[in-house]
Amino acid sequence: MARTLFEKVWDTHVITSLAAGVDLLHIDRNMLHDLGGGESLSQLARDGRSVRNPELTLATPDHIVETRQGRTGGIAPWADEVIDKLCVLAKENSIPLYNVGELEHGIVHVMAPELGFVLPGTTIVCGDSHTCTLGAFGAVAFGIGSSEVVHVLATQTLPQRRPKTMRVRFNGTLPHGIGAKDMSLALIRAIGTAGATGYAIEYVGEAVRGLDMEGRMTLCNLSIESGAKVGMIAPDETTFRWLEGRPQAPTGRAWEQAVSAWRELATDEHAKFDKDIVIDCSTLAPYITWGTSPEQVIAVDQPIPQLDEAPTSVHRTEWGNALEYMGLKGGESLIGIRVDRVFIGSCSNSRLPDLRRAAQIVAGKQVAAHVEAWVVPGSERVKRAAEAEGLDTVFKKAGLQWREPGCSLCVGANGEVVAPGQRCVSTSNRNFTGRQGPGARTHLASPEMAAAAAITGAITDVRTLK
Amino acid sequence: MKKFEVLESTAAPFPHANVDTDRIIRIERCARVAREDLGNWVFETERLNPDGSPNEAFVLHRPPFRDAQILVAEDNFGCGSSREMAVWALTGIGIRCVIAPSFGEIFFNNCFQNGVLPIRLPADTVAELLQRLSEQEAASNEPAPWRVDLRTCRISTPWHPAIRFDIEPLRREALLEGLDSIGMTLKHAEAIDAYQAQQRQIMPWVWRQETSTSR
Repeated sequence: MARTLFEKVWDTHVITSLAAGVDLLHIDRNMLHDLGGGESLSQLARDGRSVRNPELTLATPDHIVETRQGRTGGIAPWADEVIDKLCVLAKENSIPLYNVGELEHGIVHVMAPELGFVLPGTTIVCGDSHTCTLGAFGAVAFGIGSSEVVHVLATQTLPQRRPKTMRVRFNGTLPHGIGAKDMSLALIRAIGTAGATGYAIEYVGEAVRGLDMEGRMTLCNLSIESGAKVGMIAPDETTFRWLEGRPQAPTGRAWEQAVSAWRELATDEHAKFDKDIVIDCSTLAPYITWGTSPEQVIAVDQPIPQLDEAPTSVHRTEWGNALEYMGLKGGESLIGIRVDRVFIGSCSNSRLPDLRRAAQIVAGKQVAAHVEAWVVPGSERVKRAAEAEGLDTVFKKAGLQWREPGCSLCVGANGEVVAPGQRCVSTSNRNFTGRQGPGARTHLASPEMAAAAAITGAITDVRTLK
Repeated sequence: MKKFEVLESTAAPFPHANVDTDRIIRIERCARVAREDLGNWVFETERLNPDGSPNEAFVLHRPPFRDAQILVAEDNFGCGSSREMAVWALTGIGIRCVIAPSFGEIFFNNCFQNGVLPIRLPADTVAELLQRLSEQEAASNEPAPWRVDLRTCRISTPWHPAIRFDIEPLRREALLEGLDSIGMTLKHAEAIDAYQAQQRQIMPWVWRQETSTSR
């Protein structure tokens, strides 16, 4: 029977069926980070259990690490304690650990693929909802809670409900300057933040094929923002070229064997999806959020919707609250709204091509005097590669801060926050109330849009930047 | 895990959609507050005043809802971050049951790991319940407790003798019995061993080579 990419990967990992629609899945990859990783290992020990397969596990501190140049760990003693706990317990349990300052260190969803730890056709979990990023490689990758992390540590399995399947097709070619971030925001705009709840998404179409691996990771990263735990792209030559030679990717005969198996993963021609969504790429524009949910998003040259355009009374209330929090009015344009902060980073947009695109925008220009703009590379490898081609110099000359890798301002867990009332254009993935700090006003957008806002000091249509 | 059989409690209306887990518990609390103290920080931005005192206008501080163990909310409750601390923060103030038309999927899973029952009801039923709770408060009527019975999968409220709800049988059983999920899985230890032995043969690349894991 014809099967989808998702079904092939899922079926291969079923150890046993537990009930109708519920399988015990083998988990090939488990990733621990500082926000809960250490605590999960403690819990496991308290339960009198041990790590079943440390060789299928890795650990890296990312959420709580400081990103100031010259940092050694956290921003304060409490943060160092949390980071140290992860490091000590990872070592005690023989889990490979990639610590601050090491070549392999970074945001888990950036460093794990670079390491070759993330492979097509595998199942991957992490106590972080943006694990869906790694579906870009054709893996079934999803975020889980702390209890489930302990479950995987103990058993290398998880009981899971098989989701329905959704195919999101991006038809046609992207207009110049429009990228993966705009594609994902366009999807969330179309289906809402619960539009894909209960589904595993597969992204298809010419524009998806045309993305580099970093772009594919951006697209898959925002799957959870439309409700989907899983977002995938079938592996192809782009995937294999990117992976070959990575430190932990298979080599020699094992590589050949793997690639030939991975070529079979693509969705069969007549496979059925439970739901189909089609997005016409020719209509895409640079998108930017105006509210406190990723679905509150518009093309930058469109007005913010009026409250009476809200589809339901619940939406109307939410929109009203969002506008009040953001200090904005329905019907007004975002273009020209003054910004205080710019954040280029996060597991959405902190990889080398993201930084290159932002650097192109700011090269030879100056950040507006009232704006504090940060560039936080996603990993040590990204940082070093960017420095090798001089991107750090471009950013610093333009007046942006060039920082050390970590999650940083995406979530503010490390103490780095946007001040109350400040407005920030951010390349991250969540604009929730207080996400970047209590009272912080977040506008999600692409690296190009964030860079343009840094230069002009206001929200800007990057297409019109001279 | 804590069992869930029958819950008798008042219910509190939380008529908001897309309540994300950042809103339920802020990230800095996740990093710094012990699990058993997270209840002190649940919904802190709206539940507490800037000086840390309780905001008396917040629903769970208003007289009819102070002891509520049931929360009724709009669509997509618990969306966003996977932080299980959101569930721990809710249980920390006594919430054992959340009723909404839909939930963020990871939050929904996390509830079952902690003896919390998330119930999906049709949007119009939820809208009616929210309306009734609001009218009851406006009329200053003493709130009558609801009864959530997982054995019969029925909710009775002052206005409905029995609202039926659906729950997956496996999850229902685990909550009723207070089963340990890891213990249940370990009953399949032989099947896990067999799977891994086979995977090493068929998909050897999944297993990291010793040279690359030794550091």
